[in-house]
Amino acid sequence: MNKTAIPLAFLQIGQNAVIKEIIGGRCLKRRLKEMGLAKGMTVKILKNDHGPLILALGNSRIALGFGMARKVLVEKIEVPKAK
Amino acid sequence: MEIARKVDSKQGEIVVALAGNPNSGKTSIFNEITGARQHVGNWPGVTVEKKEGFLTYQGSEIRVVDLPGTYSLGAYSEDEVVARDYILFGNPDVVINTVDASNLERNLYLTTQLLEMGASIVLALNMYDEAKKNRVEIDVDKLSKILGVPIVPTVATKGEGIKKLIAEAIETSKKGKRKPLKIDYGKEIEEEIKKIQSLIETDSILKEKFQPRWLAVKLLEEDEQILREVEKLVHNENLLNQVQNSLKHIEEIFGEEAETVIADRRYGYISGLVREAVKKHPTFEERISVSDKIDRIVTNRYLGLPIFFLAMWMVFKFTFVLGDPMIGWIESLFEYLAGLTGRWLMAAGVSELAISLVTDGIIGGVGSVLVFIPNIFLLFFAISVLEDSGYMARAAYVMDRIMQAFGLPGKAFIPLLIGFGCNVPGVMATRTLENKNDRMISVLINPLMSCGARLPVYVLFASAFFPANEGTVIFSLYILGMVLAVIMAKVFKKFLFKGQSAPLVMELPPYRIPTLKGIFIHMWERGSAFIKKAGTIIFGVVVIVWALSNLPVGVEYASQQSIIGRIGSFLAPIFRPVGFGTWEAAASLMFGLLAKEVIVGTLGVLYGVGEEGLTAVLGSQWTALSAYSFMVMTLIYIPCVAVIGAIKRETNSWKWTFFAVGYSLVLGWIMSFIVYQGGRLLGL
Repeated sequence: MNKTAIPLAFLQIGQNAVIKEIIGGRCLKRRLKEMGLAKGMTVKILKNDHGPLILALGNSRIALGFGMARKVLVEKIEVPKAK
Repeated sequence: MEIARKVDSKQGEIVVALAGNPNSGKTSIFNEITGARQHVGNWPGVTVEKKEGFLTYQGSEIRVVDLPGTYSLGAYSEDEVVARDYILFGNPDVVINTVDASNLERNLYLTTQLLEMGASIVLALNMYDEAKKNRVEIDVDKLSKILGVPIVPTVATKGEGIKKLIAEAIETSKKGKRKPLKIDYGKEIEEEIKKIQSLIETDSILKEKFQPRWLAVKLLEEDEQILREVEKLVHNENLLNQVQNSLKHIEEIFGEEAETVIADRRYGYISGLVREAVKKHPTFEERISVSDKIDRIVTNRYLGLPIFFLAMWMVFKFTFVLGDPMIGWIESLFEYLAGLTGRWLMAAGVSELAISLVTDGIIGGVGSVLVFIPNIFLLFFAISVLEDSGYMARAAYVMDRIMQAFGLPGKAFIPLLIGFGCNVPGVMATRTLENKNDRMISVLINPLMSCGARLPVYVLFASAFFPANEGTVIFSLYILGMVLAVIMAKVFKKFLFKGQSAPLVMELPPYRIPTLKGIFIHMWERGSAFIKKAGTIIFGVVVIVWALSNLPVGVEYASQQSIIGRIGSFLAPIFRPVGFGTWEAAASLMFGLLAKEVIVGTLGVLYGVGEEGLTAVLGSQWTALSAYSFMVMTLIYIPCVAVIGAIKRETNSWKWTFFAVGYSLVLGWIMSFIVYQGGRLLGL
């Protein structure tokens, strides 16, 4: 497991992160993957206030239960601001 | 399936399958291509809806089969299995794959799977305008060249690119099979694929039925459905052992299941593809759109629920305020028709019995069902607006936590709420749930939501026996229904539909202004399905009840000597422990199967006083306790025929339809028993 990887659920609104690993059952993994939440994909947190999270994944928006967001390990990244 | 297709497809007809992610505009493209020439049914053996459309384009007859919207072609859901099986075994001539251009990576995941299967596809690069607006520049020619498939940019909501798409699909269908796409899964995995593939190639049956490489990859992904299929076809110990060894080997090397590694590699391939063909990635900052701003309000912790309830209240008002006057029109129309037909038959010298069959039985019965139609169509109109605008996904999001109490996902709230109006559209609305278990539970508990038709019964008894607390008594019945729904949902989940309900992973599509065309098509396909399917069952029951009330020949309509009266007398002892063991009560409950409000009229007829004199008669023959017990029974026992018809249609199973009837009857009896006997113990 990557040392700097933290659960997605711990991130704040507005932060960006790259998905490193998904822990948990096979069914969950499969489901997340086909929704595009796969290793190497970049997501941005749009909402995280202890309910389900809302993520931006490219142009799509994905609602993700808080419990599941704890099983998605990510690495924070800085994204340059738009000009 | 192969045989079936040969039988029902015409000579020279081109079969086009439509595949794509949910929210990729697949439905819009389907509607644009086929217009109103659509047919809705079910895929054999499952509850997944099957839509087909037909068109003639430059002399070619085309049949378009709309596959369920899926993110992948694994075996995650019934939808995915249906889509995959059709592409594998249904032999479509060409597959149109709709892809959201502003969201390429995720959408191409499905595309690569289609290509790996060797399907002939045409890519519809949909929502091309939005991609442009977001400054995503896609090099269409390059992407087309790398993938080896024709690509047509489209904007389905405006009809742009549709003609070209059809022409391209026809062109592609003539070219025949293409070579399956070969993604390089890396040295270690490729080695295992090769080993398994060579074993498959030596097996004539498997080689005939599947693409060997594709099958090898699926076996490594441990696709249960494919594995079962293979085991059914052949007993190839060598193959299965090799698969097990390969799986073990891969897990040792990577520390992860082969399935995960394969999916990651597939995404890796797509990333490379997108890097090549998509010129400019906008940064995240630019993407905060109007949609996100709306979401900040609509999904807000404090505002989310009030907004949701406001939306639902508006749907309700729209459906019933607009619909109720129309119900009056339909009722008068049928009364007029019955009168007219009756007079006409009388003049023609037809016997009284036959006239009664036509007017009371057929016209009256069909009328009692058709009165639901305005409500149903208006409700489906409103639901289509919510869905097409994108709000439905937010409603599910907002309600998710509350619905966890039922063990159901947030979306399941909507059918239940609709059930308070009428259980027929309530049951039908369960089809918006993806997970089959969630759908079945929602169907089964929906009749516990006290529908509008039960209100007249409550009003009659409550006003007769509880004049001071009428409102409270009626309200208590609504609450009782909801409490029982929660309990039954938990019971069903625990014993009948085990397993997880769908976890909350859901796409929130961008808000859109719905098109009138789209809404009308949705409303029509759902509404007309009710008329057709439910209608036939209801019609049959209506005629049976009529016959039971009139036989043996010569008895007074629905008297104690008629068959229904006799059945009522026979059944009455069953209802004695619950407080109303009279033949009138039993017979009225049987008539209540037609529609619950019929109970009131029937009691009027059976006591021979009409509805106006009922209160007085009831006061002398019933007690307050037996009246309340009867109301509880009315709430819970067997849903009306229209609902039974809807349940049959949605579950696609007689077994579960009978179960719904049976459990509600038992539950109704038990609850009435508790109320009546409990009340007596308390000295009421």
